[in-house]
Parts: sequence; C-alpha cells; structure tokens
Amino acid sequence: METLHVIDYNETVISIKDLYKSFGDLHVLKGVSLDLHKGENIVVLGKSGTGKSVLIKIISGLLKPDKGEVIVLGKKVDELKRKELNELRLHIGFSFQNSALYDSMNVRRNLEFPLMMNYPKLTKKEVDAAVEEVIEAVGLKNKLKEMPASLSGGQRKRIGIARTLILKPKIMLYDEPTAGLDPITCTEINQLINEVQEKYNTSSIIITHDLTCAKATGDKVAILIDGQFAKAGKFDEVFNSNNELIKEFYNYNFIQ
Amino acid sequence: MKRTTSRKYVLTKRLDNYFYGVNNAYLFTADFFKQALRRPFHFKELVNQCYEIGLRALPLITLTGFIIGIVFTKQSRPSLEDFGATSWLPSLLGIAIVKALGPLVTALICSGKVGSGIGAELGSMKVTEQIDAMEVSAINPFKYLVVTRVLATTITIPILSFYCSVVALIGSYINVHSEENTSFVIFFKNAFSTINFLDLWTAVAKAVVFGFTIGIIGCYKGFNATQGTSGVGKAANEAVVMSMFIIFVEEIVIVQISNWIRTF
Repeated sequence: METLHVIDYNETVISIKDLYKSFGDLHVLKGVSLDLHKGENIVVLGKSGTGKSVLIKIISGLLKPDKGEVIVLGKKVDELKRKELNELRLHIGFSFQNSALYDSMNVRRNLEFPLMMNYPKLTKKEVDAAVEEVIEAVGLKNKLKEMPASLSGGQRKRIGIARTLILKPKIMLYDEPTAGLDPITCTEINQLINEVQEKYNTSSIIITHDLTCAKATGDKVAILIDGQFAKAGKFDEVFNSNNELIKEFYNYNFIQ
Repeated sequence: MKRTTSRKYVLTKRLDNYFYGVNNAYLFTADFFKQALRRPFHFKELVNQCYEIGLRALPLITLTGFIIGIVFTKQSRPSLEDFGATSWLPSLLGIAIVKALGPLVTALICSGKVGSGIGAELGSMKVTEQIDAMEVSAINPFKYLVVTRVLATTITIPILSFYCSVVALIGSYINVHSEENTSFVIFFKNAFSTINFLDLWTAVAKAVVFGFTIGIIGCYKGFNATQGTSGVGKAANEAVVMSMFIIFVEEIVIVQISNWIRTF
C-alpha cells in the first residue's frame, strides 16, 4: 500500500490504554489499547457487534469507559467537564454509519449548523465560504438545496463527512463508512477518506468490516475479536498471520 | 463477547426499572431548569418552535373549541330550563369554559397533537443518531432541542388555551343567540360576571403547568427512545398517555389549591 501522507510517529493524537466497557452483563471491550499518530489512518476491523463503534464513541465522549484511559490530543476524555469536552470535540470529526444528517434541514443548513452554533460571530460571507469549501471537497456542489431524504446513500455519507470537515477537525472517526453501499460508491468513499486525510492533514480511525476499505484507507489495521485486538499492523502482515481467528475473519468477510 | 451470570436487582426487576425511570425523569426535569437559565439562549429556535406548535394545534383547537361550546350549551339548557334558569346559561358557560374546559381541552388536544409530535421527532432523531451528531459537533442537544421545545409549549399552550375558550364561548353564543336572541355584549358580560381574578389566574396557571408537562414528557420520552423505529412509535405513544394522565392529576391538585386560596 502506498502512503502519500506523512506520519509523525513522535506525536500521538489518540492513546487508549487497557480500555474496558460493558453493557449490563455484556462485556464489549476487554482491555483494548491503541495509539494513533499524527497523520496516520488506523482501520479497526471486526465482525458486527464486536464493539468497534463503542470504541470510537468512547473516544468522542459519547460513552464513558468502565476502566482504562483514553487520551485525545493530550486530554483525558472521561475526566473532562462538558465545556472542555466540547472544546475537544471541535477537533474531532465523527462520520456516522447512517450519516445522521438532520432530516429537517437541507444540505446547506446541515453544513452551516455546526459552524453557526459554535462560532455565532461568523459573518454570512465567512459561513458561505466554509460551506463552499467543504461541499467542493466532497464533490456535491449542486446538492446544497436538497433535503437529506432525496440523497442517495453515498451522497449522504459525503455530506456527513463534509459536515464534520466544516469544523476543520484534527482527528476523523469514521463509523462503517462503506456499509450498505455498492462497490463503486465504496471505492469513491475510500478515495474521499484518503483525499480528506491529505487535504486536511487529519489522523483517522476507520471502523469497518470491509477489507477493501481497510486495504484502501488504512496505514495500519487492527482486528478486534472478542473484545480485544487480536493483531495490529500493516494489512498484509495482519492477514498473513497464522492466527486462526484472523483467518476465520478473513474468510467470513469474503463469504459475506 | 460473553454474558456473565444473571444480574442482581435491589428489589425486583420491574420495581428497579420503575424507580430508575422516576429518577431519570427527575434528573431530566432538573437539567431543564439548570440549562434553561444558562447561556446561550436559542431565541430563533424558540420562536420557530412556538410557531410550529401553535400552527400544528390551531385548526384542531378551533374546531374542537367551537364544537364543545355548542354541545355544552345544548346539554346544559334542558337542566336549566327545568328550574326556569336559562338566563344563567351564559354565566354557567363562562365558568365551565374559562375555568375548566378551555385549559383542559387544549391540554388534551396538545398532548395528542404536540406531545406525540415532539416524542416522535426527538425519538427519530435519537435512533438515527442525529442527537449524537449534535453532541459530537460540540452542540448541546439538550439545550437546543429540549429547552426550546419545553419553553415553547409552556408559552404557546396558555395562548392556545385562551384562544380555545374564546372560540368555545363564540360557539355557545351562537347557540344561545339562536334560541334566546341574546345580544353579543350581554352574553359576554354575563359570561364573565361570575369570573373573578383568582379564576382567571387559576386558568392561566393550569395552562402553563399543562404546557410544561406536555413539553417535558414529550422531550423525555423522545430523548430516551431506543430500539429503532418501533422505539419512535413507543416514545410518541408513551408521551401522549403519560402526559394525559399527569394533566388530570395536575388539574385536581390546582383546583384544590385554588379552592384553598379562595377560603382566605
């Protein structure tokens, strides 16, 4: 895999140590550790229901861990007060699995909304310029007046990504970016993830069970099996290993 | 993933869940008061919600208020005729509509129309992760969605309640006028002759409390919706049922308090 961007291994933007999370009797994460460096894309692979999304929800402060430490841009997420957490969140972009676009707002309003709510003193000209920039970045300039319901799955994903980019995040968290999309659109989304990384110099965690997406976007992949990372490393290193669970996942993915 | 042994409950599973729900509702309401007084204030969204809520309920309230006025007049007349007291009809209607029917009917209609709408809207936003999307964009969804909606129902429902009473009295007047040829001015003079300042304030207080109840329950149910699209329906349904029940309880309490004040 060719890496066009520069990874700074001296600067860790996300550091997760020995993370545990349960929902009642259901133990989802059981001692997960991970470091994301500046400019790096890490893909977290795993079957559905293995706690991949839970991991990025903990990183963004949507869920609290039971045990363990999550440090994002030098700040311990679970110890932050609401105001501090919101300041940190301005640097984290979260692309949801189903895009989570605001149904009652058109595309332009969806893009403007986070900007206007966080920076109310911006002029209309500045907001319009920011909207233009991100909509161009995702290649959907002609869709600004449309409502989310009239967009295709791929377009919704792109607008969802544009909405996070408008706040100029340093970290991008993608939750199943290619889920439910046809292979051509999947390739376009994979390209977009790489373009975003190069243009905005972001570091990303990409949650997926799609190996094509993992290979196309990840500098490193980590496989989450039974609440723990079974193996992490370059794509080929991970899938050339003799670990039975990884082989099973590889086969599962292609059978799926 | 592994499931461990079955969970232990403090009382029983059902009772634990009940008290957990009561505690959550209390915390949700406390959070509303805490956040409503803090900056930033979303005035634009508040005005938008007032407009939406008012507009959503207006046609139904107009129709229901008018029908109630006519029906209540028609049903009251025979009883008063038996005592030769039909001249008391406007006063009776004034008391019944302004003090009791106006706020109560408005609240019941709004809990069905507005409360369910809020429950379904927020429930849908919750299950499609739109609320989480606000949260991760550093926007406080509670303040933007809940505070504005609860304030909007608290402001709008008293106005709708007043409007409902006026429309119901117009309906009554039409019926009284057709039977007894009473003038508009005399009808309204008689209708308000037995209503005092305390009665009016009780009606306003009831409408404010009902409005707050509809808003907070709709938001609470929507904000805590789970289990996908079926959870949205459940949230909307529970918002209506619970707010209607609590409105009746509040009606009794406020009337009792009002009667107690009257004794001084």
